Amino acid sequence: MVRKLCGLQRDVVHLYRSCIRVAHTKPVQSRPHFIEFARSEFSKNRDVPRKDFNTIEYLLRTGKRRLETYSSSEVKNIFGRKL
Amino acid sequence: MWTKQALSACKLAYKSVNYNTIVTGASTRGLATAAGSASPRFKTFKIYRWNPDTPSEKPFLQEFKVDLNECGPMVLDALLKIKNEQDPTLTFRRSCREGICGSCAMNIGGRNTLACLCKIDQNESKQLKIYPLPHMYIVKDLVPDLTNFYKQYKSIKPYLHRDKFPEDGKEILQSIEDRKKLDGLYECILCACCSTSCPSYWWNNEEYLGPAVLMQAYRWLADSRDTANDMRKTMLNNSMSLYRCHTIMNCTRTCPKGLNPGKAIAHIKSSLAFN
Repeated sequence: MVRKLCGLQRDVVHLYRSCIRVAHTKPVQSRPHFIEFARSEFSKNRDVPRKDFNTIEYLLRTGKRRLETYSSSEVKNIFGRKL
Repeated sequence: MWTKQALSACKLAYKSVNYNTIVTGASTRGLATAAGSASPRFKTFKIYRWNPDTPSEKPFLQEFKVDLNECGPMVLDALLKIKNEQDPTLTFRRSCREGICGSCAMNIGGRNTLACLCKIDQNESKQLKIYPLPHMYIVKDLVPDLTNFYKQYKSIKPYLHRDKFPEDGKEILQSIEDRKKLDGLYECILCACCSTSCPSYWWNNEEYLGPAVLMQAYRWLADSRDTANDMRKTMLNNSMSLYRCHTIMNCTRTCPKGLNPGKAIAHIKSSLAFN
């Protein structure tokens, strides 16, 4: 059985899915870069505790703002920072 | 003959004398009332700190001690002194240091005001608490996120709407009485002190426009050169944008420029009522 997600978890999944959806509006050759970038940004905060609501809400807010920036059609390609 | 040691000792003495004169000069210039008092007067500033790079760390109040003899009279001077000498990571907005840009709006001693217009209480036994503007998302330390505020300001179309312009291509004339109606409205610098002091705005900051933006809406309604009155009024005529104002009047009480947004909102309400 699939575990039911709480509201905040659903928001996070929603943000991730919209990131991937935006990536598919970009030119074909740079699509993997966008997906790779979104994945790396999410995995940076993978170890935030599940109950740390303030932090998760902050990260969601900044994430939404950044998604807005990157989804503009002028952004053609993206290169993440290698850690 | 001077020995090398004597020479360097002499240089040292000269340096220290020179240093002393500079220091006393600065203290008398900085604070005319405290002339001659050599003992440092340390006042404690408690400043809200939060770093977005470590979002899981809770925000906290950090204490700084500032010698009032060495510091300018305003809170912004103290903040700059702390940033220069104690902690360069302290973050806040500032620009004009004379209350015309509205960048340094923050909550000082429980009151929203501009740091550059707020005098430091010279009683050093009391500590001063400095927070960012209340009920706003924080970008870092004392820097609030004003995106929503600016978006609302944009939504009232704060520019001249007019179909016909004078044929001679010169300015649109206005009588002296009409111009007088704009006094007390156009001086607003959009520092967001009033909006963030309004409880109605705290609870409904998405839909309610807030006193600062409503005052600008009235500034364009009152302008005799603007012909889009009906458009502006229909835009405001719903339960949220304007009528969330319950005349709490925190806006007027806190305005660092001494303006009266509460009165402007009352004018909009009456003009809508007698439409």
